[in-house]
Amino acid sequence: MITWSNFVSQLFNGLALGALLALISSGLTIIYGTLGVLNLAHGAMFMLGGYAGYVAYEATGSFIVALIGGAVFLLLVGIVIERVIIRHFYTRPHGDQLLVTFGLSIVFVEIVRFFFSSLSKTVPAPPLLSGITSLGFMVYPTYRLAVVGIVAVALLALFFLLYKTRLGMIVRAGIEDSTMVDSLGINVYRVFMIVFGIGSMAVGFAGIVNAPVVSLTPDMGEAILVQTFVVVVIGGVGSFPGAVLGGIIAGEIISLTSMVDPGYAYVMLFAAMVLVLLVRPHGLLGTRGRE
Amino acid sequence: MSARPVQAGVAGAPGVDAPQRVAVQPQRQRRFVVEAITAAVLIVMPFVLPHLGFAPNTVNRIIVWGLFGIGFDILFGYTGLLSFGQSALYGTGGFFAAYLLTIAGFPYVILALFLGMIAAAAVGYLVGLVALRRTGIYFAMITVAIAEVFYFVEFNPLAHWTGGENGLPGVPSPSLYLGFTTINFTSGWSMYPFLAFWYFIGIVIGLRIVRSPVGVILRAIRENPLRAAAVGHSIHGYKLAAFVIAAAYAGFAGGLLGVMQGFMPPEAFMFDTSGQLVMQTAIGGTGTLFGPLLGAAVWLFLRDFLQATLGLGATWKLVLGVVFVLLVCFLRHGIIGGIKDLLAFLRRKRGGSTGTGAAAPSAAASAAAAGSRMPRAGAASGKAAVAAMPARHAAAPASSGPILQASGLSKRYGGVIANADIDFTVNHGELRGIIGPNGAGKSTFFKMLTCEVPPTSGKIVFEGRDITGMSVTDVCQLGLTKSYQVNQLFNRLTVRENVTIAALAELRGKFRLDLLRNLAGIPGLHDQVERTLHLVDLASRADTPVSDLAYGEKRRLEVGLALATSPTLLLLDEPLAGMSPSERVETVRLLKSISRGRTMIIIDHDMDSLFELAERVTVLQEGRVLVEGTPEEIKGNAKVQEAYLGGVHGVLAQ
Repeated sequence: MITWSNFVSQLFNGLALGALLALISSGLTIIYGTLGVLNLAHGAMFMLGGYAGYVAYEATGSFIVALIGGAVFLLLVGIVIERVIIRHFYTRPHGDQLLVTFGLSIVFVEIVRFFFSSLSKTVPAPPLLSGITSLGFMVYPTYRLAVVGIVAVALLALFFLLYKTRLGMIVRAGIEDSTMVDSLGINVYRVFMIVFGIGSMAVGFAGIVNAPVVSLTPDMGEAILVQTFVVVVIGGVGSFPGAVLGGIIAGEIISLTSMVDPGYAYVMLFAAMVLVLLVRPHGLLGTRGRE
Repeated sequence: MSARPVQAGVAGAPGVDAPQRVAVQPQRQRRFVVEAITAAVLIVMPFVLPHLGFAPNTVNRIIVWGLFGIGFDILFGYTGLLSFGQSALYGTGGFFAAYLLTIAGFPYVILALFLGMIAAAAVGYLVGLVALRRTGIYFAMITVAIAEVFYFVEFNPLAHWTGGENGLPGVPSPSLYLGFTTINFTSGWSMYPFLAFWYFIGIVIGLRIVRSPVGVILRAIRENPLRAAAVGHSIHGYKLAAFVIAAAYAGFAGGLLGVMQGFMPPEAFMFDTSGQLVMQTAIGGTGTLFGPLLGAAVWLFLRDFLQATLGLGATWKLVLGVVFVLLVCFLRHGIIGGIKDLLAFLRRKRGGSTGTGAAAPSAAASAAAAGSRMPRAGAASGKAAVAAMPARHAAAPASSGPILQASGLSKRYGGVIANADIDFTVNHGELRGIIGPNGAGKSTFFKMLTCEVPPTSGKIVFEGRDITGMSVTDVCQLGLTKSYQVNQLFNRLTVRENVTIAALAELRGKFRLDLLRNLAGIPGLHDQVERTLHLVDLASRADTPVSDLAYGEKRRLEVGLALATSPTLLLLDEPLAGMSPSERVETVRLLKSISRGRTMIIIDHDMDSLFELAERVTVLQEGRVLVEGTPEEIKGNAKVQEAYLGGVHGVLAQ
């Protein structure tokens, strides 16, 4: 039975999931847009962020430390794998890039499984944000409301970084034409490394923000990766606003379909992707560019 | 290496006969050898592998993965489409067959396998229609998403038919009734002959497909989809065909999985299945059809070894993951590629014992010698060839009047006007030159004529037919094509294969699924390829990979590709660009011989050459036609001099 408050609460769930997907997808899309590498390990890095936060939380008991720890750890992971591995794949075919990042995703998942076993781990929400909040006409878990807020702040920070700083200008120019940026005397490789780090940080942050909502398992990243791909296809590759729009659309589709029958959530998501591909092959906010 | 100059010399002298023999015979010999070795290895495997520590069920799994991988290699290794969604088709075929054999009570195992294959192929067709709307990275992402949808559909909406998370138990094993006795294929080694038989059938069909005209075109799509479309192949159709072929293999292999285990597991639909297939193929090596089998053997052997012998338990996957990453980093083309590279290295080393340093210069010298020697031979045989190589419509050149009429042709890119209101007519048999300063819109104009880019406004009529808005493929099929300003070749293929690809488009039309036809069986193909090779003077380099050619040779091949489609109207975009003065002289001679009996339009900056070649010249400036006339008129035209020299008169006329 679908009630009005049930519907609104699912709408909120969709928004929370959508915001999260938006953050994850912007990480993927700025990396792809700038470096031309589709990171199949992105989902595994989402999981890594959650586990890094879990470790930080277990050690300190502070959720804030967990948030920062998850993000910083993934920043470092991103920078290291860019320097050690990804860098050597810029000139190799797309197929090789997909293969190596796919291999990395398996390594990440299995390392976590090795240290933390396959049993699920939980990070509790901070006391301040736990419990439920009354919105007048309905009650809603406080932390889920907070997720929307936290992610919105993170997205705004990313927006400012991309659109209001010198680095952001270089990154956006790089998405348009990285060869040109290189020939203008900017060290593209250093920028690539920073972008990979920022994209990884975004997904790591999303991973730990999401941790109190779900429980952590080593292979939780796979489903997220698939949803992220749909978001990027819907929004348009390389487009930050597209990732945000696509994320919210995908989040709402999953959430509202789940209210009727969870089994069809992916079917509807996929149907939306096909529709976009048929009507606007380059995504809602994408432009004809790199493939 | 040392044998090549001799061979080139021999091949060059008698003309067409020698290369023909060299080309056809090894291929025919090798064809039976590969199949025979496969059969022999499949027969010997049960006697050898147990001694290496393979359990019979592991060997059976390797066979199923290997069969699954044949189709995937055609899709990824040959066509260049990396799909992470093969599990969807594997599961579809498997569950369709298993459903028939269990819940539906269908009694014929082999027929059920084929019905599963057909179901998977049908689903593959629909999935392909969606996924192939995009290429490259998008394609990979879409296939991942599609596979995930199938997984969820199997689990929930279709659980009634598929058993959901329990899968379908009780799949019967096949048996063969021979009249006097019945052979039951149950499990272990008794199942092996059944699986090995289907693998053998799969590899025989797979080898035929990759050696068919379609196989060559699939490789062309992998190397350069833009050019494959431009020489007149419907690349979307062929990509879809490759996708459906891969789906059919996946579906059949999925069915075999259920039959082999007596149980159809829902894991067949999992993303892990797709991932494992991709990794096994990458480990084994792509582009040989055998890579997936080898990769599966390595993968499953290491898994058993790490898990059981070393007692690593669940950590086996971590070790394999690390091994895989290292392999992708350092062994680019998998194990088979690595073996090939090693053999090539050893051969070079053995050849190098007579003098490593001398090898390269001598090759270069022989190439140079061939280069200086061949033009004369080429010109001589070229004359004969030209007479024998008419443009497509033999009657057409005799007729006069316009072959191409463009009227009011304009192209705007946002605020930039590349071409504005161009009226342009070329008559049958004419050789027209187009000149103009950089940025005059010459290349854009050519792209519009060949329908690579649609005009913003205006109309193009070719041989009385309005071709505005048609695809570049269709226009090429009508007999209008161009050679590119920047080489667009199929780099990892040989010169002969390059020309073959272009010639196939004319001989077979833009789309035909002659999957089992031998390339040698296409009437006229051999002659057309040889004639084109002689015409562009590359007969002595026919079996060289394009990546090893000198720049001038690549330029000639660029023209050869356009020529091999037998165009009635041939457009050449800066055929002389980047050539040395002596190469220019040769190429001008080549262009002259090509122009006999066909209509050509040439863009070039080399005015001396162009004035020598062209009967009439059109000058473009700032996207408009500045003036049109004979070379003499153009040389003396004040407006042209102004366009080029900014008002300094008289220089050009000297």
